[in-house]
Amino acid sequence: MSRRVLVLAGGLSYERDVSLKSGRRAADALRRAGVEATIRDADSGLLAALDAERPDAVVIALHGAIGEDGALRGVLDLVGVPYVGPSAQASRVAWDKPSAKAELREAGIPTPDWVALPHETFRELGAQAVLDRILDRLGLPLMVKPAQGGSGLGAHAVYVAEELPAAMVGCFGYGDTALIERFVDGTDIAVSVVDTGNGPIALPAVEIVPANGVYDYEARYTAGTTTWHAPARLAPAVAQRVASIAVAAHRALGLGDLSRVDLLVTRDGGVHVLEVNVSPGLTETSLLPMAVHAAGLDLGVLLRDLVDLAITRAGSTPAAHSA
Amino acid sequence: MSGTTLDDYTDRYAQRMRGMAVSEIRALFAVASRPEVVSLAGGMPFVSALPLDEIAELTAKAIREKGAVALQYGSGQGDPRLRELICEVMALEGIDASAEDIVVTVGSQQGLDLISRIFLDPGDVVLAEAPSYVGALGTFAAAQAEVVHVAMDADGLQPEALRAALEKLRVEGRRVKFLYTVPNFHNPAGVTLSEARRDEVMALAEEHDLLVIEDNPYGLLGFEDAPGRALRARSHDRVIYLGSFSKTFAAGLRTGWVLAPHAVREKLVLVNEAQVLSPSLFTQTVVTEYLEHHPWRDQVKVFRELYRERRDATLDALSTMMPPGVTWTHPRGGFYVWMTLPPGMDSKAMIPRALTHKVAYVPGVGFYSDGSGQRELRLSYCYPEPARIREGIRRLAAVLSEETELRQVFGARSSTVEFSRRGVETPGPELT
Repeated sequence: MSRRVLVLAGGLSYERDVSLKSGRRAADALRRAGVEATIRDADSGLLAALDAERPDAVVIALHGAIGEDGALRGVLDLVGVPYVGPSAQASRVAWDKPSAKAELREAGIPTPDWVALPHETFRELGAQAVLDRILDRLGLPLMVKPAQGGSGLGAHAVYVAEELPAAMVGCFGYGDTALIERFVDGTDIAVSVVDTGNGPIALPAVEIVPANGVYDYEARYTAGTTTWHAPARLAPAVAQRVASIAVAAHRALGLGDLSRVDLLVTRDGGVHVLEVNVSPGLTETSLLPMAVHAAGLDLGVLLRDLVDLAITRAGSTPAAHSA
Repeated sequence: MSGTTLDDYTDRYAQRMRGMAVSEIRALFAVASRPEVVSLAGGMPFVSALPLDEIAELTAKAIREKGAVALQYGSGQGDPRLRELICEVMALEGIDASAEDIVVTVGSQQGLDLISRIFLDPGDVVLAEAPSYVGALGTFAAAQAEVVHVAMDADGLQPEALRAALEKLRVEGRRVKFLYTVPNFHNPAGVTLSEARRDEVMALAEEHDLLVIEDNPYGLLGFEDAPGRALRARSHDRVIYLGSFSKTFAAGLRTGWVLAPHAVREKLVLVNEAQVLSPSLFTQTVVTEYLEHHPWRDQVKVFRELYRERRDATLDALSTMMPPGVTWTHPRGGFYVWMTLPPGMDSKAMIPRALTHKVAYVPGVGFYSDGSGQRELRLSYCYPEPARIREGIRRLAAVLSEETELRQVFGARSSTVEFSRRGVETPGPELT
């Protein structure tokens, strides 16, 4: 059956540029898999375009707020257009890192200790006093990052207490709430989880080795600055544990179709989930496409299968995605 | 098991490519292209003010009547008739030039690249204003030259600072290859080199055997005075002059020129041929037809009026909305206002907040090769309508007040975070 898919990319988030690249890559992959795919920005013309074009399904390649916080998914539920990926409600929780971490911990999944605070708290209670308590409780080093958002934007590792205020200010530039997390020294691992109808499975883990030790924006998107290993160079037992923890995280957050779980593996084989992405990057240097390739799968075919699943889901239970 | 860097060519790249990285800032600016955002970032000329129907007509006519030539390869030096007309343009700023000494280039940016190629070896010293044009810094960085900045103030480059820099470098035994300067309506600083200082700068050039690269894309866009006398009008053999039709006609035609002493001109032609064989003869034909058959001086007046109105809107909005402690320059022409924030502020770290408020500007650090400019930023008033400019500045004021409050909360130590650590950030064309 010929399907018409609308790939949504762009948006107003800081990750617009990455999203546009993801969208083009997704659309190309879908076309090669025989799907009629067009790309469009999520702007004020979107709803009219959905009415006029009535695509069979939407693939969300938007990163940052609207694509990941459940808002757009809620609107697609409202207008009855099927989409690939987790539901509006599940996205809302996964997008907010402190909420997601709380759910994970509740489910017994390891995640580094954290504190999440809005900037008003620092203003009202005095920044230094609050920061001192955070240092007492979590120690050093720390990771400071915006409670919402991706691509490493606004994230800073803090090794000495004097760097903490600057990291907080840098982080609050991106959003009103900061997540301050105990820094876990280990190897960055990303596990893509896909569910094409037979339950979630983990694709081969991808190991990330940034040239200068920090997987920041430049390291993510400048080809040549980071080395990736897919599958990751993990001992079989550790690889197994990483895969099962990633699937457990995907389930604990009630995610569907596909997600990417970012983890740290310590030298002694300890595994910590950092965050879960409901709209994983699909660019040339993104982790999900690498995992798909390492699994011997084709990104276009995988997305096409997920599109079919979304269409079937919408047909059988029209309200399946509602929040 | 070896991993992948997703770039199989890493060990083949030339050394000068090291440090050229994807910039976070450049990526953030992807948002600035959305219509919701008031962009005071890009220096895009307002080409909608051109008589597009008439340009369509003259282009069609040129193709019909001269297509067999216009669609062919041209000469590496550029079309002879266009070069004669360029002499008429430069005469407005007191330059007496021969068409023989002009080389047509793909915008004056390519002219800068040609100059860098023929003069700069790795490690050579170039003097440039502090701040300086980001596109020039990129070209000098690609040539692996070292830029030494020279202070400016409201009257442009400071001759005493230039003298001090020249003497210091001489003592260090380092030869300055040239001074790069934008004397009129400076990008990004918005200031203009005063008449008196022009003479002083040229006297210093004479005294120190200094070659001067005069980059003058905005000279005809003065709001208050007649065009000043170019540095090239004061010296034939010490100045290489860069001109452009990007701001007086159309940036998309990518047509600029270099006026150089005869010997240098020979070299420029050789390198130009090696780079592009010939600049587009099609766009040169369009520019020639436009200059010959269209009242282009009147069009420059239209641009001047339009930009003057936008400059006024900018300065007016700044004076009513900016909090105390913020200062800015008062351009008498061109596209830009240069702003300085109070101590402790960081214009680059403030970018995400600005984009949340749907306003964009260019942080100051990109206009320095030595990492300074943290408290500075560039506002371009050339593209948005006056009402949008006022709205953009209102948003910017809100951003500043939030940022100030945050920094007060977190104290003096909050201004030291490194936003981006590596290498040269190559600007996108929309930011230059």
